[in-house]
Amino acid sequence: MVQGAGARIEEAGGAGWPTLLSKELLRFWKVSFQTIAAPVLTALLYLLIFSHVLQSRVSVFGGQVRYTAFLVPGLVMMSVLQNSFANASSSLIQSKITGNLIFVLLPPLSPLEIYAAYVIGAMVRGLAVGLGVFLVALVVEPGVMTIAHPIVVLAFALLGSAILGTLGLIAGIWADKFDELAAFQNFLIMPLTFLSGVFYSIHSLPAFWQALSHANPFFYMIDGFRYGFFGLSDIAPSISLGLVAAAGVGLAALALAMLASGYKLRH
Amino acid sequence: MNDAVEVSDVARRFGDVQALAGVDLRVARGEFFGLLGPNGAGKTTLISILAGLTRADRGTARILGHDVASDYRHARRLLGVVPQELVFDPFFTVRETLRIQSGYFGLRHNDAWIDELLHHLDLTRKADANMRALSGGMKRRVLVGQALVHKPPVIVLDEPTAGVDVELRQSLWAFIRKLNRDGHTIILTTHYLEEAEALCNRIAMMKAGRIVALDTTQHLLSRFSGITARVSAPRLPAEWASRVHERRAADRRREFRHLGGQRSGEAASVGGSHPREGSVFYLGLESYAELERLIASFRTAGIPIDELALAQTDLEQVFLRIMAGTETTDEAQRVAEVPES
Repeated sequence: MVQGAGARIEEAGGAGWPTLLSKELLRFWKVSFQTIAAPVLTALLYLLIFSHVLQSRVSVFGGQVRYTAFLVPGLVMMSVLQNSFANASSSLIQSKITGNLIFVLLPPLSPLEIYAAYVIGAMVRGLAVGLGVFLVALVVEPGVMTIAHPIVVLAFALLGSAILGTLGLIAGIWADKFDELAAFQNFLIMPLTFLSGVFYSIHSLPAFWQALSHANPFFYMIDGFRYGFFGLSDIAPSISLGLVAAAGVGLAALALAMLASGYKLRH
Repeated sequence: MNDAVEVSDVARRFGDVQALAGVDLRVARGEFFGLLGPNGAGKTTLISILAGLTRADRGTARILGHDVASDYRHARRLLGVVPQELVFDPFFTVRETLRIQSGYFGLRHNDAWIDELLHHLDLTRKADANMRALSGGMKRRVLVGQALVHKPPVIVLDEPTAGVDVELRQSLWAFIRKLNRDGHTIILTTHYLEEAEALCNRIAMMKAGRIVALDTTQHLLSRFSGITARVSAPRLPAEWASRVHERRAADRRREFRHLGGQRSGEAASVGGSHPREGSVFYLGLESYAELERLIASFRTAGIPIDELALAQTDLEQVFLRIMAGTETTDEAQRVAEVPES
């Protein structure tokens, strides 16, 4: 049996990560009311309330785009970002605190494989929620169905979800308790997303706050994503894409370094 | 041919605690090996290093010749670990848990072996139950299943029967014995020393991060063969001082019964049952014939014996004597001579 088992395992190669990915997908799918339906409903409520209150009061892009239509890509991207972060971070910290992370650490999974599985899992959830928000928003604002640059939309959605999935992974590794993760989420992720131009164009802000918004990496994700819908943005989409891609590479390198060193995972 | 496990000069410190202080250990293929020691001795740290969960400060560890750090992919494929903590993923059923664990090792079509595992671990009826719905003993069985799901040639069981009822323990050991007969190397840590005595061919005893005894189970037992006499008395005749391997306060005598005196069969108990003061001395006797000389010594010295009980040496007695620091085996002595950096 020893030889047989050994030979069988050797043949299997290092293909464990697709199972980790499918486990991540199954994990959020099993609680999809909480992980998909609830954030879609939350975004729909934002859309209904803000459009009702501000549609006739706010002008964006010189009046070329209705405020409600302007709001949709912002809410879609916000949902993508927040849920990508939530998926990776909550999965990892739950596994750490309950101790079942050992089942991921014992198999021959490389740091890159663990990274890929958690981040792709987070991206799938973020994009699923984003798609859900987009579909229900069509009922409220059918005009957003016409997308000016679908490839740009897709590029920013993929990059944004990957970056927040990576940030979620980093936060999940770093945090030792749920309270620390909640602090990361509530004092960093939430303000950065809400102050990134989801609900307004930064041109409507005073100069100081405009300048500050340029220091917010989430602003570039949402502005570039919105450009994909309307062909209009606060800054050039190529700049946004470059900055977002650079941030993605930097954060991926940090996450991989943390996994490779075993920081807070392997003693 | 490479050993199943080869540990060379492995050391690990956690803050002020030297968890492992230069451990050398070889476990041959096909062995049923016991790793014993009190809490904090370093057993779990050593296992964690083998499993890649903890990194050694120095030294090397290999599984079937594959270094656990530099060649971790091969090493981990060849190793199955049953962790000490009762951990589980509450999102999944028993079958999903085993399939997922199998998939992590690249085995995505492993249902035949998973069904066999479920059968041997008496989990077939619970295969589709959520992990949260299982009793502690059943969760423990799933942990064993997870460790075996990729049929590793080397299996480490870190206190696998803690909290498991007697009936299940027996069936679990029968299954592990079968795996050992089939050629799997088993490394066991347990607090049930009678289990180690019954199952293991060879045993290492650890204390304060070092291996203090390493020998076959039979040699360990024969090396410390004889009888242990527990004597409650105000003091001990001087000529017996060298034979004491443990001394406790008189009011703690009950611990002896708990630890093994009654279980291993007290041969005799004489004298008063309520020692008023003094100590309880644990003396090694070579044979029952020495008992008469012992009693005569007390009588000659005018020291009253409050209570006297005898027990055959078993692994528990050996363990207690080694942990008390009065005995080490030759092989362990060589281990102890490894210099620390």
